[in-house]
Amino acid sequence: MYIIVVGGGKVGYYLTKTLVHEGYEVFLIEKNPIKCQIYAERFGAVVMQGDGAEAAILEAAGAGRADVVIAVTGDDEDNLVICQMAKERFGVARVIARVNNPKNEELFRKLGIDVTVSQTNVILSIIEQQIPERPFVHLLALRHADLAIVEAKVSDDSPVVNQPIERIQFPPEVNVTAVLRAGDLIIPTGQTVIRAGDEIIAVTKREREEELRHLLVD
Amino acid sequence: MRILIVGCGRVGWRLASDFTAQGHDVVVVDIKPHAFRQLPEEFPGRVIVGTGIDEDVLRSAGIEHADVFVAVTNDDNTNIMAAQIAQKIYHVPRVVLRVYDPVRAEIFRELGLTVVCPTTTVAGLIEEQVLAGAASPQG
Repeated sequence: MYIIVVGGGKVGYYLTKTLVHEGYEVFLIEKNPIKCQIYAERFGAVVMQGDGAEAAILEAAGAGRADVVIAVTGDDEDNLVICQMAKERFGVARVIARVNNPKNEELFRKLGIDVTVSQTNVILSIIEQQIPERPFVHLLALRHADLAIVEAKVSDDSPVVNQPIERIQFPPEVNVTAVLRAGDLIIPTGQTVIRAGDEIIAVTKREREEELRHLLVD
Repeated sequence: MRILIVGCGRVGWRLASDFTAQGHDVVVVDIKPHAFRQLPEEFPGRVIVGTGIDEDVLRSAGIEHADVFVAVTNDDNTNIMAAQIAQKIYHVPRVVLRVYDPVRAEIFRELGLTVVCPTTTVAGLIEEQVLAGAASPQG
């Protein structure tokens, strides 16, 4: 697999280093000539100085045969254009953009970028998972299907308490996949009775998250 | 018409002045507060300090009701991103942007944007003048 990384800041540097170490064929494009020289001494001849949003530079880097292009510069507008050029001009199958402003994740998806990575959102979701008193936690967004995996702690006065799952009116497009009770994992069946304090892990359509939270937590 | 201009350099302020003189409703966005010093003192339009690729800034500049969106910052990628936000997310009826790099201009034209490329335009005009000179009777 051939991977082109654009942007040799800290993210690009460690990403390239890791990918090289994992045995991938990697090429790094970076604007700053001094950084390029340092990286070339460390990684060998897989570093090129230039602007990754220029077609000529992408072409020289072999974008035409790249399987993945990853744009991780510090500027969202550059990451967007790099990914769009790679996709439209060079037919790269998979493009990944770092998103500095978390609001741009949604926007980039609408503009055709396959995968976006927002450090802010990643750290935020880790913080949310670590805070125990939060009763409803969004664990993971499954991008293409518009699904999410969520975790909810059933409150004492939720209508689902002491009900078997088959009798509970869950919102449509919600699937309860696991129940955690006092540290034990229960793979639920229709007969599993929900108790107050159970932690429910469910796969849900994203627009159903709010309904589910209302049912289990409020 | 309600016209939103992103980028208040020479081209931006010229457009802003012309459009307001023609009676249009103009909002200019630029990241640098001092960029607006170029505008005439009695400039009747609105100015907003902020980046043209931030949806919050664009909404406060009235992108949802704009008839025309013009992206003329000095950064190609900023113009491309801003123009795509206007065209593909907010469906502004008329979106025009400047892109200096002729290759990028062509690619995003193919993607449906109305791109003005000063590089090819100016080179063409200069060539015309040069050739006109060569064709003069002196030669």
